[in-house]
Amino acid sequence: MKNNWPLWEVFIRSKNGLNHKHVGSLHASDAAMAIENARDVYTRRNEGVSIWVVESKYITASNPEDSDAFFDPANDKVYRHPTFYNLPDEVKHI
Amino acid sequence: MTTANLPQARFEYLLRLGDNALILGQRLSEWCGHGPVLEQDIAITNISLDLIGQARSIYAYAAELEGKGRSEDDIAFLRDAWDFYNVQLVEQPNEDWAYTIVRQFLFDSANYYLYQSLTHSSDEQIKAIAEKSLKEITYHLRYSSEWMIRLGDGTELSHQKMQTALDDLWMFSGEMLMMDELDTLMYDLGIGADLDAIKPLVDAKRQDVINEATLRIPENPWMQSGGKQGRHSEFLGHMLSDMQFIQRAYPGMTW
Repeated sequence: MKNNWPLWEVFIRSKNGLNHKHVGSLHASDAAMAIENARDVYTRRNEGVSIWVVESKYITASNPEDSDAFFDPANDKVYRHPTFYNLPDEVKHI
Repeated sequence: MTTANLPQARFEYLLRLGDNALILGQRLSEWCGHGPVLEQDIAITNISLDLIGQARSIYAYAAELEGKGRSEDDIAFLRDAWDFYNVQLVEQPNEDWAYTIVRQFLFDSANYYLYQSLTHSSDEQIKAIAEKSLKEITYHLRYSSEWMIRLGDGTELSHQKMQTALDDLWMFSGEMLMMDELDTLMYDLGIGADLDAIKPLVDAKRQDVINEATLRIPENPWMQSGGKQGRHSEFLGHMLSDMQFIQRAYPGMTW
């Protein structure tokens, strides 16, 4: 059987309170089947409490050719990280 | 069967439940690596593992009740066909995806209401096993219903394949719901399910899904039976020779 079903991207929330994370992709003929396939392919080892699927064609991705312009400028701007403050010892949990 | 033989009766009742799960689990495992698409290969073998897991809990309890020092493995691997009490439906061959799905749906639709009823068993252990298994069985029924509808109400070819499978397997769909002496005894004791009571629920569920799948139930109402009493179709022996080979060739061998 030739698989000409569309491709879907699968996102799993591993615990309540955490974000859904991309875990991989699979083929399915529609959204309902994609959810069930995702349940069987990606959560059978107790990985999740919630599943999102989205058909891959609806994802817009940044172009790798734009990497220089997109991401390099952030490289040398360490001052955007809040690492230049001296924290008083009394402050915990930061 | 008299109440004097109660431990034996309860043991046999457990084997009916366990053997259904093990034999269907074994059948589904034959799809491993051969599924029509990767996703369904994984899905159907997941169901296989669920069923084998259920069989293990049931056999472990049956072995404990029997008190002869047998293990769950002894019960699975060291009995011949006539000592298996599964319904004939579950030993029918996979044939193709249509047969596999129709067999699964006919089984799940009855098994769901059976286990739902067993969650009220007066036997605490059966009740606990039923409660745990019911979550899995609920998903199995959802899965097989979904595929019945997709393929029945799919293309002309998929519809015709599903109807052929339904025509061939329908005569095996009644045995799970036929109440015999042992079922009656277990029900009277509060241990087992009242099959007469769940039959209308199963019939309605099957009718609903089969209608939605645009398939039709065969007109011939005659039903096969005998598996629950140890009389099987020719397929079970072949399955066992495959499944039990290692334990027969190397007795007592472990991983």
